[in-house]
Amino acid sequence: MSTATHDHAHGHSQDGGHAHDDHAHDHKPYGMMRWLGSTNHKDIGTMYLWFSFSMFLVGGVMALIIRAELFQPGLQIVRPEFFNSMTTYHGLIMVFGAIMPAFVGFANWLIPMQIGAPDMAFPRMNNLSFWLLPPAAMLLIAAQFAPGGGAGVGWTMYAPLTTQAGPAMDLTIFAVHILGMSSIMGSINIITTVLNMRAPGMTLMKMPLFCWTWLITAYLLVASMPVLAGAVTMTLTDRHFGTNFFNAAGGGDPVLYQHIFWFFGHPEVYIIAIPAFGVVSQVIPAFSRKPLFGYASMVYATASIAILSFMVWAHHMYTVGMPVETQLYFMYATTLIAIPTGVKVFNWVATMWKGSLTFETPMLFALGFLFLFSLGGFTGLVLSITPVDVQIHDTYYVVAHFHYVMVAGALFSAFAGIYFWLPKWTGRMYNETLGKWHFWLSLIFFNVTFFVQHFLGLAGMPRRVPDYALQFAEFNAISTIGAFGFGISQLLFLYVVVKCITGGEKAEQKQWEGADSLEWTHLPSPAPYHSFSTPPALK
Amino acid sequence: MSTQHTATSDNYYVPGLSHWPITASVAMALLGFGAAFSMNNMTGGNLLLILGFIVLFVMFAGWFSTVAHESEGGMYNRQVGMSFRWGMSWFIFSEVMFFAAFFGALGYMRLYSVPDLGSIEHQQLLWPGFKGDWPTAGPHFKAGDFTPMGAWGIPALNTALLLTSGVTITIAHWGLLKKNRAQLIWGLAATIALGMIFLGFQIYEYSHAYSAMNLKLTSGAYGSTFFMLTGFHGFHVTVGTIMLWVILFRSVAGHFTPENHFGFEGVAWYWHFVDVVWVLLFVLVYIL
Ligand code: HEM
Ligand SMILES: [Cu+2]
Repeated sequence: MSTATHDHAHGHSQDGGHAHDDHAHDHKPYGMMRWLGSTNHKDIGTMYLWFSFSMFLVGGVMALIIRAELFQPGLQIVRPEFFNSMTTYHGLIMVFGAIMPAFVGFANWLIPMQIGAPDMAFPRMNNLSFWLLPPAAMLLIAAQFAPGGGAGVGWTMYAPLTTQAGPAMDLTIFAVHILGMSSIMGSINIITTVLNMRAPGMTLMKMPLFCWTWLITAYLLVASMPVLAGAVTMTLTDRHFGTNFFNAAGGGDPVLYQHIFWFFGHPEVYIIAIPAFGVVSQVIPAFSRKPLFGYASMVYATASIAILSFMVWAHHMYTVGMPVETQLYFMYATTLIAIPTGVKVFNWVATMWKGSLTFETPMLFALGFLFLFSLGGFTGLVLSITPVDVQIHDTYYVVAHFHYVMVAGALFSAFAGIYFWLPKWTGRMYNETLGKWHFWLSLIFFNVTFFVQHFLGLAGMPRRVPDYALQFAEFNAISTIGAFGFGISQLLFLYVVVKCITGGEKAEQKQWEGADSLEWTHLPSPAPYHSFSTPPALK
Repeated sequence: MSTQHTATSDNYYVPGLSHWPITASVAMALLGFGAAFSMNNMTGGNLLLILGFIVLFVMFAGWFSTVAHESEGGMYNRQVGMSFRWGMSWFIFSEVMFFAAFFGALGYMRLYSVPDLGSIEHQQLLWPGFKGDWPTAGPHFKAGDFTPMGAWGIPALNTALLLTSGVTITIAHWGLLKKNRAQLIWGLAATIALGMIFLGFQIYEYSHAYSAMNLKLTSGAYGSTFFMLTGFHGFHVTVGTIMLWVILFRSVAGHFTPENHFGFEGVAWYWHFVDVVWVLLFVLVYIL
């Protein structure tokens, strides 16, 4: 506890959902202001996670609308404009509203505990980072009701479609601006926390890998988010103030938008993937009861992925018309990324080698991640080969690729992390049987949904279309069935989490035998409201 | 790189509940909806915008004065000061990347899109007679010729002004370190004066461009990059000047010590950053 000038109400939580413990200074503010005005990294982390889950449901409903329309060829359920709007906002909401906030939630909960810090470096700015998300979500949702409907421009927001779209586009642009501010502030906070708030003795190379992955991710965010802000700002001024950035008649070029967007966009995919690597790098060693194999090489591999990710953006633009030399460069550079990625995959496998493995739900999700993320990496390699990509760019093959890395990769790793840390966060255990059900249902339905999309893409089905040729009918029907199964399985997840919070069995301090970071070794379950107000003593 | 943990004598300051973040969030919601509405001439847009700016102003004033009081109240130890410094450095880095997007657009137009539009195929098929030279308003520009902005009049003077202001703020910093309050205050005042003269010249340059040179934001590739780059820079100078005013008032009020003056330092860094961007602008936009 820092000073006497706290202006918040002291008192114990009246909130029955949060188990009490007997820590004398465990003052929790109560009422609305506990959340609206929070400066507590745990509460803010919780808000991030619940926000992320609700956006996951919103984006999920949009996905199901898309899949419902694609169940059969022909136009059945929605108008094409609305379909396009759904693909757009599904992508934006899942990327910026669901996946990214989920991992920021993890960062908030875990980084201070794992490095022995009392909180994040800037607790108030931390709260602002979170509270910028709801206005952005409101803007994105309001865009659906703008005159002319949502902007059916795709989550990549390419000009010149965006420079001609209706008012929904402006709401979307401002949402992106606000999301960018949130990410930049959140990242500055994380970088500063990791660099400046470590307990004495916690050197950088002793940090749990999760902290490393977030340090690197935060760097990627600070470097790439402002570039996205620049891109959508140019779109905005082209739309309303007569600039000609993306207009060839004025000397600009729509392709310029693509360059700027993907300079942000490719790092963005690693912004999503790298924290997922971090979570998996905590979970796999814990259930292998062995330290992570090749810790230092993991750090270097992550850093090289981050550096390389700024040099490969035009692999999204092979078909846009560029010199062969440029295509060659981007092809070689892109395939290079497979090397550090491979280092990581081999390290995870080597961690399990001769470990005494058990397969609780977090481990199952981590293994699901390992298999399916690698598969997504392989299809990425296929796509990185220019002559191949020219054939399958903008087909369902690409859709399959990125869902393997984003859903079976990032999302599965987030599930692994939730199950792994729920006991520490809530002091209670989730139901292991139901957790395993959630895993197997997700795994099976995920593959039913997306595996067939590889074949659709190879056979030439373009993405972002509400109707398609008859030859694609069977695989699309299968994919839709899988999608609904996947969606419903996630309600089971909600049930498991709520059950755990409200009535799970009491968890132990070190619920997982092999877990060895500070939150398990030094803090009880649930972790007290304020932890490490004075730095822990480390060897 | 090893970080020193100097501050174990007293704990890291973790503030209590604060309503400023949620206020800022309300401001951003008002501004986002307000701007979108008013750009599409929808009712209520301007009202929301104005409200948003008011809330934003109140928030900045309130939040920063809270921080200033906490700082003067001795609640921040050296570790907190270090956090502020890391935070400010990364914030400036994010600003650098924002400008990089616009410099990138300028480079792309000059090196790729404009020469391409003037290439042989395009001359024959699409835009007969378009040469692809810089500066240009593009092959299909209807509003008549414009005069590009020269480098050696006001812009060169502005360069001198900003570079000098980088010196004066350093003199102010020396004053602060030597506990020479007068030198601190006069250094700051000179910096502010130079910044404001810069802005005055910039405004004059813009109005001259619009009235006498037919050079507008709408003047194709050249107009877009010229006004957006110099405009965002001018905006940053404005923000920097406002921050300098705040630091000046705080200095007059006796804030800052040689050991504890992050507020001053952060603003000085920001000012130098604005300075460097200008030098880049001067070379890439005005001279070349
Ligand atoms: C070995 C690693 C990877 C390689 C070589 C790779 C390569 C590629 C290539 C070449 C494309 C462009 C395909 C096209 O549009 O024709 C692509 C698309 C995409 N990738 Fe990857 N990728 C990799 C990993 C990842 C990861 C880790 C993620 C995210 C977590 C990701 C997310 C995406 C997304 C979202 C798209 C589609 C963007 C769009 O057009 O909407 N990729 N990838
Ligand atoms: Cu990419």
